[in-house]
Amino acid sequence: MTDLTKLTIAEARDKLAAREFTASELTESYLGAIEAGNEALNAYVAVTGDIAREQAKASDAKIAAGEARPLEGIPLGIKDLYATKGVHTQACSHILDGFKPEYESTVTQNLFDDGAVMLGKLNMDEFAMGSSNETSFYGNVVNPWRRNGSDTALVPGGSSGGSASAVAAHLCAAATASDTGGSIRQPAALTGTVGTKPTYGRCSRWGMVAFASSLDQAGPIGRTVRDNAILLKSMASVDAKDTTSVDAPVPDYESFIGKSIKGMKIGIPREYRMDGTPAVIEELWQQGIAWLKDAGAEIVEISLPHTKYALPAYYIVAPAEASSNLARYDGVRYGLRVPGNDIVEMYENTRAAGFGDEVKRRVMIGTYVLSAGYYDAYYLKAQKVRTLIKRDFDTVWADGIDAILTPTTPDAAFAPGEITDPVTMYLNDVFTVTANMAGVPGISIPAGVNKDGLPLGLQLIGKPFDEGTLFQLGDVIEQAAGRFEPSTNWWSK
Amino acid sequence: MSVDLNTVKRVAGLARIKVSQEQAETMTGELNVILGFVEQLDEVNIDGVEPMTSVVEQFMKKRIDDQSDGGYADKIVSNAPVHEDNFFTVPKVVE
Repeated sequence: MTDLTKLTIAEARDKLAAREFTASELTESYLGAIEAGNEALNAYVAVTGDIAREQAKASDAKIAAGEARPLEGIPLGIKDLYATKGVHTQACSHILDGFKPEYESTVTQNLFDDGAVMLGKLNMDEFAMGSSNETSFYGNVVNPWRRNGSDTALVPGGSSGGSASAVAAHLCAAATASDTGGSIRQPAALTGTVGTKPTYGRCSRWGMVAFASSLDQAGPIGRTVRDNAILLKSMASVDAKDTTSVDAPVPDYESFIGKSIKGMKIGIPREYRMDGTPAVIEELWQQGIAWLKDAGAEIVEISLPHTKYALPAYYIVAPAEASSNLARYDGVRYGLRVPGNDIVEMYENTRAAGFGDEVKRRVMIGTYVLSAGYYDAYYLKAQKVRTLIKRDFDTVWADGIDAILTPTTPDAAFAPGEITDPVTMYLNDVFTVTANMAGVPGISIPAGVNKDGLPLGLQLIGKPFDEGTLFQLGDVIEQAAGRFEPSTNWWSK
Repeated sequence: MSVDLNTVKRVAGLARIKVSQEQAETMTGELNVILGFVEQLDEVNIDGVEPMTSVVEQFMKKRIDDQSDGGYADKIVSNAPVHEDNFFTVPKVVE
């Protein structure tokens, strides 16, 4: 039975349709894998076995009636940042203690409407602020990958660390995640999984716990490019409850898989060659270039001159928006309340006890840059730099470039506690954050391993609403590189 | 630009986060590292550049000015740490 967890979504879908096993059997396999493995990995913060079994049963009825929907009976993990009705939803923060929403996020509703099964809620950095899943109130997530011959625990990346770890360890068929500065693509790269950040506005943000509203975007982490294409088709929609969601048709992304990339122009931005990047990252990049060239693509050196300013601008824009969004956590409407002598002291006590250190740092930075006298020097300037970053991309697209190839991260997974300086941690997102600042889509595909046997990812960045091309190109890389799985399932007891 | 201890305490007050003297001292150092990092932006020529307002060019969608949802106050307060008769309850604000 445990073999069922080896299947991709596409394989499980076909075998369910052929009645080789039932959706209930598939769900039981995953619940068994979670039972055996979650203690070691800490990927799930809540397991919803009863809901999963009920949904799987309903899926079996649909399949029996010949009415299977696109994700019928596919067991998914849901990042704790998505509001799920009546179920643990805390963005892994202490300040949302006990919060169980009375409503469902649009993305999860879309998935359920297409027949998906929810296995539980996945661990993450608190309010999605982190690149190593070390800021969760529920403890660190452990990466199923270890260095060759070592027992040292490694981080899965973040903020969607629980999603990436669960997918890599087969504790779900795929997972929802979210990406504000790299929170889908960076953990995907560090765990040998595929992660897609769609164009800003492609998925509704309704019911996602807000971090930085002009940057946040929902997306999938899965084991293959095809599975990402299948999931995004269901996740994406225009939504009256999110005015920034875009009313554009959602293509059949899966149909892009296997199409020829002959004649496509792939940009290689010289500014992504940074000092101090390990040689293996450069080699991986060259390998990716060779694969795409072999498949008939034309490689073009390009320039994105404002690349180095994306991360500093991000560390003004994102904390500014976060400080506004997180003002709602005041001990009044939901979650934690710590009493005080008056209402202000109650607010201050609640927020002091409820927020972790990284969240406090970002709220403080955001409050400072938005405070009287500093707005122009910081926030306004950062938004102007953001215009220039987007203009860099627009220029490249206007020159006929179809997509851009870069490394996903500056290095492989590291050990918890290894990076203590906040700015050094922020540099993990140096290659991913530009796509958020410009609102364009990006995908990370596992493409190789370093000398310790740890997975590394390549990133493709695409034109707005051209996710299809990313899946088309990503599949070429996946076919050439093969898939990457940890050599043992040491986490399973 | 950098912040001093008093500025950090003032900002913590604005952000409604209680900080001890020791925490404020630690934060001062950390915030200055971050502010030092973002100072790179001073190198960029932003003359005549419009600030970004939306990454996707689209007209702000409008809806009919009408009540489309509601009528469930009990659900709204159901997650409140303290509530009474469908009202949120807070410490006394007005003397």
